[in-house]
Amino acid sequence: MAKTALQFRHNGRDVAVFVDGGVNLLTTLRELIGDMTPKFGCGQGGCGACTVLIDGEAHLSCLTLAQTVEGRSVQTLDGIKDGPNLHPLQRAFMEHFAAQCGYCTPGMLMAAKALLDRNPAPSRDEVVNAISGNICRCTGYEPIINAVLAAASGGRARA
Amino acid sequence: MPVTVKTFATSTEAAAALSSERDARYLGGGTLVMRALNEGDLSVATVVRATDRALTELNVASSRITIGAGVTFARVLAERELGFLHPVAASIGGPAVRNMGTVGGNLFAPTPFGDFAVALLALDATVAVQGGYGAREAGIEEFLAGRDRQPGLVLSISCARPSGSEAFRYRKIARIKPKGGSLVTLAAHLPTSGGRVVGARIALGAMAATAVRAKAAERALEGRTLDAASIAAAVAAAAEGTSPVDDSFASAWYRREVVGIHLRRLLDGRE
Repeated sequence: MAKTALQFRHNGRDVAVFVDGGVNLLTTLRELIGDMTPKFGCGQGGCGACTVLIDGEAHLSCLTLAQTVEGRSVQTLDGIKDGPNLHPLQRAFMEHFAAQCGYCTPGMLMAAKALLDRNPAPSRDEVVNAISGNICRCTGYEPIINAVLAAASGGRARA
Repeated sequence: MPVTVKTFATSTEAAAALSSERDARYLGGGTLVMRALNEGDLSVATVVRATDRALTELNVASSRITIGAGVTFARVLAERELGFLHPVAASIGGPAVRNMGTVGGNLFAPTPFGDFAVALLALDATVAVQGGYGAREAGIEEFLAGRDRQPGLVLSISCARPSGSEAFRYRKIARIKPKGGSLVTLAAHLPTSGGRVVGARIALGAMAATAVRAKAAERALEGRTLDAASIAAAVAAAAEGTSPVDDSFASAWYRREVVGIHLRRLLDGRE
């Protein structure tokens, strides 16, 4: 079956690939672009490990048909650091022990970034709601919530 | 297996494609169709999309609201005029799912999902459907009963705004809040006249293959004041006519056991 040409912005850079019909954005990012930061968790929309920002909004890349991002901007965890410098959210995750096995971390960070971009000073409840679609089986969530609140109160989260 | 993706500029063209191809599925927000593709569902050979802006229009200016089928739950939450539907939208998924999932798609969500459809059933909504040969309107009850058989594209859903904040009530019972699958979802529209309930509609989710009305419970309230006796009668009849299934969230037995308890809490306003 013929492949379809697809162009979009990936972390601020224009990319062009050929995709099969029905392929999802997660597979496109990992296998065609080589961006391994979004993870495959469940493929059902239940775990949030594949969360990316599409035009600034949190989306699940495993449930996004690749062709629907034509001409749009996709941001993944790979794009939030500034050269060798970690993003304030990444630093806060490190300082607050918010990652253990680390598999949920890219999705958690992108869900948190979607929140802080819109609301730089969220309440604890707002943080809990923002990551409510992301499952972590290690930390018990508390260190993650504390890390997001610390990044927010540091006033450095906007990137 | 690769599928064919067909994108159309108008909903009419998309509806025609859906009507003419047996193995075509319409892709709204992706939370149902992409899941099916990810799981290797071979029944989907063609994915149909429409970029028609009319599908994402909201009309909330009058007492009867119309929500385009492509309106997301996040958009519902952002619209102040749809405040009565905010608890419903907020009970679905996490933020990413709410940014993707659409009101139209929710009508097709298999049990135990489809919480928005439960609210729309209680609100006696009307569904506008574009078929291959023209558009028609269907009552939501009729639509849900035949949703797997009818080709065509849902364009919009409309319903009357509830008369007051007490007239419309909603509860979703899930083990994980807010994004868990439903154990039971309840919505009730209870307009009153002279202190008595007139035209009660109670809808239940996760209690049958689609959202269903609890008609026996509605009859128990009709024409009566909402007091301990009428609520007890409605609660006793809550599970009548339901056919819940066992799934990973709850057993059918458990759902039948608890639906009355949660209906009581919904009706007497307790948390």
